[in-house]
Amino acid sequence: MSEARPLDASDVTKVASLARLSLSDAEVERFTGQLARILESAAEIAELDLGDVSPTAHPLALANVLREDDVRASLDRDEVLSQAPSVNDRRFSVPKIVGEAP
Amino acid sequence: MSALPDGWTMVVGLEVHTELRTDTKLFCGCANNFGDEPNTNICPVCLGLPGALPVLNQRAVEYAIRIGLALNCVVQNSSFHRKNYFYPDMPKDFQISQYDVPINGPGYLDLPDGVRVGIERAHLEEDTGKTTHLGGTGRIHGSDESLVDYNRSGVPLVEIVSCPDIRSAAQARAYAAELRSILIASGASDGRMEEGSMRVDANVSVRRGDDQPFGTRCEIKNLNSLRSVQRAVEYEALRQIALLEDGGTVTQETRHWDEDAGKTHTLRTKEEAYDYRYFPEPDLVPVEPTSEFIDTVRSELGPMPAERRATLVSLLGEPTDAQLDQLLSVVEQGLDSFVVAAVAAGVNAPLALTRTSNELAASGDVVATVDAQAVAATLLMEQAGELSATQSKAVLQEVIVNGGGDPKAIAKAKGFEQMADGALDTILDEVIAAHPDEWSRFCDGDDKLQGFFTGKIMAATKGQADGKAVAAGLRTRRSA
Repeated sequence: MSEARPLDASDVTKVASLARLSLSDAEVERFTGQLARILESAAEIAELDLGDVSPTAHPLALANVLREDDVRASLDRDEVLSQAPSVNDRRFSVPKIVGEAP
Repeated sequence: MSALPDGWTMVVGLEVHTELRTDTKLFCGCANNFGDEPNTNICPVCLGLPGALPVLNQRAVEYAIRIGLALNCVVQNSSFHRKNYFYPDMPKDFQISQYDVPINGPGYLDLPDGVRVGIERAHLEEDTGKTTHLGGTGRIHGSDESLVDYNRSGVPLVEIVSCPDIRSAAQARAYAAELRSILIASGASDGRMEEGSMRVDANVSVRRGDDQPFGTRCEIKNLNSLRSVQRAVEYEALRQIALLEDGGTVTQETRHWDEDAGKTHTLRTKEEAYDYRYFPEPDLVPVEPTSEFIDTVRSELGPMPAERRATLVSLLGEPTDAQLDQLLSVVEQGLDSFVVAAVAAGVNAPLALTRTSNELAASGDVVATVDAQAVAATLLMEQAGELSATQSKAVLQEVIVNGGGDPKAIAKAKGFEQMADGALDTILDEVIAAHPDEWSRFCDGDDKLQGFFTGKIMAATKGQADGKAVAAGLRTRRSA
């Protein structure tokens, strides 16, 4: 990570495309600068000697937050579907999909 | 199993997704029920509504550990990640899965023939909703609209990833079959491939000789039966070999198996591969099962298929090849308890195995609730000659349909009274006396008439005579 090249506009364009965000050229330029500064701040941590610190999956000192396998009432279907943009045959209708799910 | 062209070998690894038999989903209390009315088991969590928070299902964790232990895996502390992609069956736009630290680390599975296949990992994740594609072909191409049912969204899954240790299409099938048996035996999954509760993807590559490095692999999706697994792996290996022998190269890609056409075709290439941008799921804390909990889960695991096959082998003594096939399928279908109960009741093992692998196996799902003692009692009557084979099967059908019952009463109701001693002899003599010409031709060696006499005797006894006793009676009289 510490050897990473500086962030440039192509990274921002790629991340935006992965997140399905449409950015103007001016926005790409602005976010490239902002994101680069965030990465610079994070890079400071990489300068510390953290060999004996285990990776932190979560900031809370908690584990095993679990619930019983008991069925609870679901939402009313008609109410949910009434708020969908498009419904067909008791299902959510979405535009034609190209390709299959990963 | 067909052989590959000379010098070529295949390398296969399987990824199997299995739904867990919990009452509720992985992160919410909606019911986990296959086949319910569309969109009746949905809530803010499994619809991915803003602000909804997941809470992990304890039983899903227990079932995942059961699977891990059944596959000899290291059960370890784990955490959840978000796997980001956009697809309408995934309303949050990310799937909660496990990434760098799965709940089950390396393990192995031994195939019935003794070959060991490594297990890389078996991790917990949530299922997606179910998409139906409308339009011309009913499939993705040519559809104008897709319909989504979120009942399956958030159903707990365990994904079991094998090491690339499989070397033939038949072995790929054997692995999937044995894994299915183990999943059912663990009680964590029902293994129903036809309902999509167990789904198989295959990574296939080929190389010239076992000492060569692995070739470029393709991932085959949509393997919905054990038969598809074998056919698709065979097809794909041959496709890659033909390509390479023609001087081409294999492109790393995901391919779709078309069961009807018996072919695979490209879904997407490596260049189009998704960048999932995994990152730790901030709404879930780590899962750290205690060793006491793991020990409890282990102690509650029943015997696995390998041990149950060994039990049947020991009951049979020295099973024939046909019996080995029968006991393999009986254990695979979870029917071996019927054989064990019948033998314990005094039925000979070959008869118990035959009736279980034929009559019981053919009866479908209802068999699960059938009283094993009623089955055993029926087979005891057959063994004692109180019922002919045909009658025994008829009584067995009645026992299966009713889930049990008294076979003696069923036999009586069907008119399958035991023939009095000597009754068959009298009828044999009467039938022979009534057909002197046929009898003398039979005695002169016309064996075709055996069927004629057997038919007459069966008619005279209304099917109650035992076929073997009739044959024996005819034989004795002919040589007298």
